[in-house]
Amino acid sequence: MGSIYRTLAAGARRDIALACLAVWFIGLSYGAIAVASGFPLWFPAAQSVLVLAGASEFLFIGIVAAGGNPLAAAAAGLLVNARHVPYGLALPDVTGPGRGWRRLLGSHLMNDESVVFALAQEDLPRKRAAYWACGLGVLLCWPAGAVLGALIGSVIGNTGAFGLDAMFPAVILALIMPALRDRVTRRAALAGAAIALAAAPFLPAGLPVLLALAALLTVRAHSPRSPSAS
Amino acid sequence: MKDPALVVAGMIVLSAGTFAFRFCGPMLRQRVTFPPRAERLLEAAAVVLLAALVATTALTEGHGFAGLARPAGVLVGGVLAWRKAPFLVVVLAAAATTAVLRLLGVR
Repeated sequence: MGSIYRTLAAGARRDIALACLAVWFIGLSYGAIAVASGFPLWFPAAQSVLVLAGASEFLFIGIVAAGGNPLAAAAAGLLVNARHVPYGLALPDVTGPGRGWRRLLGSHLMNDESVVFALAQEDLPRKRAAYWACGLGVLLCWPAGAVLGALIGSVIGNTGAFGLDAMFPAVILALIMPALRDRVTRRAALAGAAIALAAAPFLPAGLPVLLALAALLTVRAHSPRSPSAS
Repeated sequence: MKDPALVVAGMIVLSAGTFAFRFCGPMLRQRVTFPPRAERLLEAAAVVLLAALVATTALTEGHGFAGLARPAGVLVGGVLAWRKAPFLVVVLAAAATTAVLRLLGVR
């Protein structure tokens, strides 16, 4: 842990702490919504640790609360989480070093935030440190938020009033911004965003984001040798 | 919660499947050496996925439009990030913009 702390610059540590705080806030509303939908306290607590992927957990709770089959809800959640496969392929070996339980825990820590912080760092030691710091922070903050949210439930009321729903997309956008300064990557990202938005009204959650990968065809067509952003 | 056993089974399926997704990428990456060009393409893939995630979470709610307040906040955050504002400023400005717009009655 100490080496993670030392490897990261103070700025990166502060940014990761803020992103984890945002996750904690979203966890509050997740716990509150779960209890309001009729789930016992232990359910969002267990799910937040075992699944550890916010969007799919919201979806699972929503589908089951609406009377849907839990296995169908799991399938819908898996569709949302399929993006972790290309995430894992995109990163150099950040879940290491090591084998056994460390490798397993490292895999479990993969989420949008830990991936985007790793991408934003320049060399492998820093990528690894950012990935683990953010991953462990989320592993702590997401369940903590969910449990507190479930306990104080009705007190929270409308989290939308604080603009918390704008935080997650803003966090991710701020962190991919350096990569977007590269023209070829930016064009692919914009095309991918357009594809996802066009598909969103018609397809189940998760699929539009995966379809966005079709935008990578523009990278092949336009750049035999693209100057890398990093 | 109706039929707790089935709901727990659903949660376990979701957990196990999500872990499998998380595990297989690094596993492949460890065993196969990709040429530099493929590595760049894979890194671009992550940026494309994240950009699509930003677009859909900022603009949509379920299958519909999320309303103006949220995308406006994200847009303010995006412009600040483009102009290299500190991360803290970007994230808080996004939330504050959305909150103020809602306070003013913008949905």
